[in-house]
Amino acid sequence: MTDLGLIRNFSIIAHIDHGKSTLADRLIQVCGGLTEREMSAQVLDNMDIERERGITIKAQTVRLNYTARDGRTYELNLMDTPGHVDFAYEVSRSLAACEGALLVVDAAQGVEAQTLANVYQSIEHDHEIVPVINKIDLPAAEPDKVKAEIEDIIGLDASDAVLTSAKSGIGIEDTLEAIVARIPPPTGDRDAALKAMLVDSWYDPYLGVVILVRVMDGVLKKGLQVRFMQGGTQHLVDRVGAFTPKRVDLPEIGPGEIGFITAQIKEVEQARVGDTITTVKGGADKALPGYKEVQPVVFCGLFPVDAADFEKLRESIGKLRLNDASFSYEMESSAALGFGFRCGFLGLLHLEIIQERLSREYDLDLITTAPSVVYRLRLGKTKNEEAKTIELHNPADYPDPNRIEWIEEPWIKATIYTPDEYLGAILKLCQDRRGIQTDLTYVGGRAQVTYELPLNEVVFDFYDRLKSISRGYASFDYEQIGLREGDLVKMNILVNNEPVDALSLIVHRSVAEERGRGMCERLKDLIPRHLFKIPIQAAIGGKVIARETIAALRKDVTAKCYGGDITRKKKLLEKQKKGKARMREYGNVSIPQEAFIAALRMGEE
Amino acid sequence: MARALYIHWPFCLKKCPYCDFNSHVRDAVDHAAWQDALVADMRHEAALAGGEPLGSIFFGGGTPSLMPPALVAALLAEAERLWGFAEGIEITLEANPSSVEAAAFGGLAQAGINRVSLGLQALDDAALRFLGRLHDADEGLRALAVAQRQFARVSFDLIYARPGQQPSAWEGELARALALGTGHLSLYQLTIEPNTRFATDVRLGRFAPLEDDPAAELFELTRAMTAAAGLPAYEISNHARPGEESRHNLTYWRYRDYCGIGPGAHGRRGGVATQRHRKPENWLAAVARQGHGIAEESALSPPTAAAEALLMGLRLSEGVDLPALARRFAIPPGRLVDAERQEMLARLGFLRREGDRLRVTARGMPVLDAILGELVHPGLVAA
Ligand SMILES: Nc1nc2c(ncn2[C@@H]2O[C@H](COP(=O)(O)OP(=O)(O)O)[C@@H](O)[C@H]2O)c(=O)[nH]1
Ligand SMILES: C[S@@+](CC[C@H](N)C(=O)[O-])C[C@H]1O[C@@H](n2cnc3c(N)ncnc32)[C@H](O)[C@@H]1O
Ligand code: SF4
Ligand SMILES: [Mg+2]
Repeated sequence: MTDLGLIRNFSIIAHIDHGKSTLADRLIQVCGGLTEREMSAQVLDNMDIERERGITIKAQTVRLNYTARDGRTYELNLMDTPGHVDFAYEVSRSLAACEGALLVVDAAQGVEAQTLANVYQSIEHDHEIVPVINKIDLPAAEPDKVKAEIEDIIGLDASDAVLTSAKSGIGIEDTLEAIVARIPPPTGDRDAALKAMLVDSWYDPYLGVVILVRVMDGVLKKGLQVRFMQGGTQHLVDRVGAFTPKRVDLPEIGPGEIGFITAQIKEVEQARVGDTITTVKGGADKALPGYKEVQPVVFCGLFPVDAADFEKLRESIGKLRLNDASFSYEMESSAALGFGFRCGFLGLLHLEIIQERLSREYDLDLITTAPSVVYRLRLGKTKNEEAKTIELHNPADYPDPNRIEWIEEPWIKATIYTPDEYLGAILKLCQDRRGIQTDLTYVGGRAQVTYELPLNEVVFDFYDRLKSISRGYASFDYEQIGLREGDLVKMNILVNNEPVDALSLIVHRSVAEERGRGMCERLKDLIPRHLFKIPIQAAIGGKVIARETIAALRKDVTAKCYGGDITRKKKLLEKQKKGKARMREYGNVSIPQEAFIAALRMGEE
Repeated sequence: MARALYIHWPFCLKKCPYCDFNSHVRDAVDHAAWQDALVADMRHEAALAGGEPLGSIFFGGGTPSLMPPALVAALLAEAERLWGFAEGIEITLEANPSSVEAAAFGGLAQAGINRVSLGLQALDDAALRFLGRLHDADEGLRALAVAQRQFARVSFDLIYARPGQQPSAWEGELARALALGTGHLSLYQLTIEPNTRFATDVRLGRFAPLEDDPAAELFELTRAMTAAAGLPAYEISNHARPGEESRHNLTYWRYRDYCGIGPGAHGRRGGVATQRHRKPENWLAAVARQGHGIAEESALSPPTAAAEALLMGLRLSEGVDLPALARRFAIPPGRLVDAERQEMLARLGFLRREGDRLRVTARGMPVLDAILGELVHPGLVAA
């Protein structure tokens, strides 16, 4: 075990491309975690999607041994946290496992977007934040200007900021020294009952479920019988270790340390983020604070474009679910789309990630139906049926409106931090989304505003819009606050006079017309021209509330024939056929897959 | 057996910015070596697809008007020896309208050329400069006049639907073109082809191609004016006084066999697709090595061949004879075209069935590619 005073737990906060991965690689390299040969660039970004989107989905840690200038060897645990509001809860648990953070800022770009939101979160967790100004090798580097920005915009003292060039290996030791000197060591009691926080978990085909933990008190050892206090299950710890970043087995994980355990667990569902792990015998009586049950909040249908792929889809979803307990699925069938699954997600990004992984890693072509939240409906009595209350996950199941006595929809409390210059635009956005302002305070140059908002106004693109109107500076966090009655109606979209199930959605009557108009306009751009003109309509019941028309195709012909070269024309036919395979047909109109979700993005309004 | 022979001459004085044909600029060409190699390539084809006299020969390019008339004469003599010539054989040569080349027209006529397709491309200087041509409008018209004196049949090419081209401007240009009195016209809408300088220009925003809607208007205008002048469209881009159609090109469109020799030439013989090496040097080397320039030879399955026949045939105003195609490829008509789509397209006024013939209407022609994508039975198209 390592003496508490020699442990430092920290995360790295950086805007995309400011050098988080490069710096992490350098830290690992200097501490001897990997040899030159093993350094495949950017150890931290595991999945393709993570790399491309610059978003970390699963928390990861690296344990480093650093012999400091004071001659002592420190254990440094570097935590890479997920980076999106859909995973806000997971992020909060990762941060709760650390005492400090490095704030990496590009010396030429200065303070940007994402940085702020994450800094605020880190501050909320009482972290000590060490500013690191990276890329000082660039000719355009202006470290002094960036220091001033950090002080002005964020309000952190940057006079002791570390200057680095992660690329050329400058300032790496200074960074390590600053971590040791400025980030406080963790506290904890080795002799107290075991309390370890479950930071994250994932499925490994060889080891089963691997659990990332931060021990608060007590000691985690192989052979220990442990109890998950929230999940209520018991397990035998059969392996204890850390990532350096290579996986190494250790005899134990002591207080203040971060590491992993395995305990013959088959499904990540049993290892819930934020749970408290304690011993079966003589365990703690109170769980750690901050635990939340994760519940999917956005639902949509996923259908294979090719009905023959249904089994493959079932299998693939099952595999993804092994690694991600936060999404749910159940079988669904639709007249237009055949067999598929209704799936629940933490948010729209989460949805997109799962959809992308299914198509990329499992090579599936999918139709995604309009995302929806869960509504509660009271249905009146009929001749054959008693009155009842139902949950509605799918707009396609919307019952006969005459029978509906009331509908309730989920609401959230949203907390937004922003530099005050963007406040006006943000208030307008919240207002447009039926928000009710409950609080507004100013701290220095930034504002904190609290709104109650209907979740269905937020799931589609609220976060993207917020980021774009605040040029990335606003941060957003939310919690659910229960159901409220609303004047909600089902809006159908008709393409060439046929209702398209996958595009129908439930909206508040007051915004229905505007949403309908927006959907029609976007579909007009998303659906390619056909040989005939295509009316697109939004309707509530039998009443059309918006309409657009896609003009017929005017020109699509190969002008010249290359003296007997037919190959080119044949290739064109093959391309057309492939293109069609990626579309769905409704009333002779081919709708591209992307359109189903893209149609919902509300864009500039 | 093939009754049509295509000969490709791959050299040009300068590469035009829009052109992605198999054309190359070379400082010097060894005409004797090229003659020997073309003769060898021709003999190879004649051995496999001889037996019937040729009804048409086409010298295409590149710029075949740069071929010495003696070379043309030698190739024609060899072709006649190998296949024999049918009565009234059509022998076309593509010519660029520069004064130097016009000076050789007499010699080419002597060599046996009886039809010329002249690349005028435009009738005004600004457009010709935009198209990167070496001739100006006057020089082009003079070359046309020489051609009309020397050859029994003359056609010329224009490229229209140029960036920013107004209907009134094209109307004027086309009226002048029709007044020049040829029996045949090829009128191509400018296409921005990948890997050309124009493609780069467009990508860099140096100019924007004409939008589809105005281009469609010009297409309609073209069909109306040529029809009124007695040269109706018989193919998407080709217009002729009845009887003046290019017999050679009709062979492609009617999907009959043809031999293609020289660099990059394509051929169809007995259900086999042939393709020659494209690069002149590679083709020469191939002929030296193996006695012919073929780079690839592949047997076409009946469904593939049937798809080709439909793609080509429906470009023609006369359309295709469906039962005849069905017999030829032993594929029932219901598997050649998607019956449901056919009905829909007919209802929309894009297709017409008249007895055995299936034709694309005037309304359908400007959207032919989209129609083919719907109509051709999916079973004929490789996934
Ligand atoms: N010039 C220079 N480039 C750097 C430095 N650190 C990182 N980069 C480059 O910046 C880009 C983004 O770095 P990366 O570590 O992936 O950033 P991340 O998105 O924050 O993880 C890469 O091309 C790096 O090579 C540096 O100190 N100097
Ligand atoms: C083989 S090419 C050229 C023949 C001859 N070398 C000439 O340039 O006059 C045949 C014709 O195709 C047409 N053409 C070539 N490229 C084109 C393009 N990108 N768009 C439209 N027409 C094109 C031109 O009208 C050209 O005359
Ligand atoms: S258009 Fe004619 S002259 Fe110009 S490069 Fe193409 S083949 Fe040669
Ligand atoms: Mg990175």
